[in-house]
Amino acid sequence: MTDDATPLERFLRGIIPENPVYRQLLGLCPTLAVTNNMKAAMTMSGAVLFVLLGANLVVSLIRGLLKPHLRILVFTLTIATFVTIADRFLAAFMYPMSKELGPYVPLIIVNCIIICRCEVCASRQSPAVAIADASGQSLGFALALASIATVREILGSGTWWGIRILPAGWDNWVIMVLPAGAFLTMGLLLGIANWLGTIRSETKGY
Amino acid sequence: MDLLVTLLLIAVGAALINNFVLHYFVGLCPFMGVSRRLDTATGMGFAVTFVISVASFLSWTLTYFVLRPGAPLTTWLLHREVDLSILNYIVYIFVIASSVQFVEMYVRRFFPNLHRSFGVYLPLITTNCAILFACLEIMKHVSGVEDPARVWGLPQALTLAFFAGIGFTIAIVIMAGIREQLDVADVPRALQGAGIAFVVAGILAMAFTGFTGVDRGLEKILKPAPSRHAASPSARIHSRGGEQ
Repeated sequence: MTDDATPLERFLRGIIPENPVYRQLLGLCPTLAVTNNMKAAMTMSGAVLFVLLGANLVVSLIRGLLKPHLRILVFTLTIATFVTIADRFLAAFMYPMSKELGPYVPLIIVNCIIICRCEVCASRQSPAVAIADASGQSLGFALALASIATVREILGSGTWWGIRILPAGWDNWVIMVLPAGAFLTMGLLLGIANWLGTIRSETKGY
Repeated sequence: MDLLVTLLLIAVGAALINNFVLHYFVGLCPFMGVSRRLDTATGMGFAVTFVISVASFLSWTLTYFVLRPGAPLTTWLLHREVDLSILNYIVYIFVIASSVQFVEMYVRRFFPNLHRSFGVYLPLITTNCAILFACLEIMKHVSGVEDPARVWGLPQALTLAFFAGIGFTIAIVIMAGIREQLDVADVPRALQGAGIAFVVAGILAMAFTGFTGVDRGLEKILKPAPSRHAASPSARIHSRGGEQ
């Protein structure tokens, strides 16, 4: 990971090559908890996008003032502020969704993706780079969530984004909506991602 | 007696039925990261149990006396009801970070052996979602509850926290036992490492799903009177999974 990457490179990097979920295995608890339907997953991604952008921007702006031993505390307090904003916003304008996501919105505070991006990127780079990095990472996170939610919602409820996909005679695989299905889907998709990764690197010749 | 039954139901709910890792997916990072060997997994489990209890004690105290709407301290100081619950998250994360710091200092000073065995994991626990999740669960039962009789006291909060920690320990120890065996198993290359760990966790979660409803049964045995109070925390399992 070189530090002289341009903002565009950083943005693209977050989507696939350094995908926070599949490549770095970060931010697992929302990934598994809110992916039993697409709407919840996308709301979660939106909240993470907002918090990550805000936290990265603020941390990047105050990076000259950070003291090494206090920096994690500063990161978490910054993140907690933005999460409170996101949580109140959801509760005010999307009340049913806020109920459904429940404690997982406040849990964004301890989402490792955000602390990791603050530490690795925002505390060392200019605001523009930090914002590009944040958008790339959140887009990667959103894609990962979407992939898991797609599998779980289609198999578990026969719908996608609330629209019926599978014929009405489909027996819902209830296990896919339960916690166990989240673990299984995640494990298998991770396997597929690794497999595709190996194929790609083999055909490229390195 | 009634309190004891409530506590028992909370304990069973937190440790088994709504296991923090396998039902709520919190604390997954250490669950995946530190479950390679049995002894480190046990150490991590106990470290989490300890910190979760300390952090929950502090956060219950702060929520009950300061943060919740109409809390005693703010009413006494300002002579009117004040709702500080918007500060909840910031206060919790601050409490967790500082209590981890203090626990580490205390353990290093007074139990050097213990510190050597799980000292490495203590700082990591700050960002463990299980701790914050326990604080949030307690908050839900303290802040903004209409009926004063149903506001959780310290015993309920501590029981939830301690047994959630025990549940985490159970899950991570089982996982470590399986993964030690998995090292010698023939796993497809793409699934090696995290992939197969997730699949194993899925099967484990399936097994834990079997505990659903145990608390209803216990409640029926222990409370033959038709009192319908003490809706146990596991009532949520149905709203999260079942209805959709």
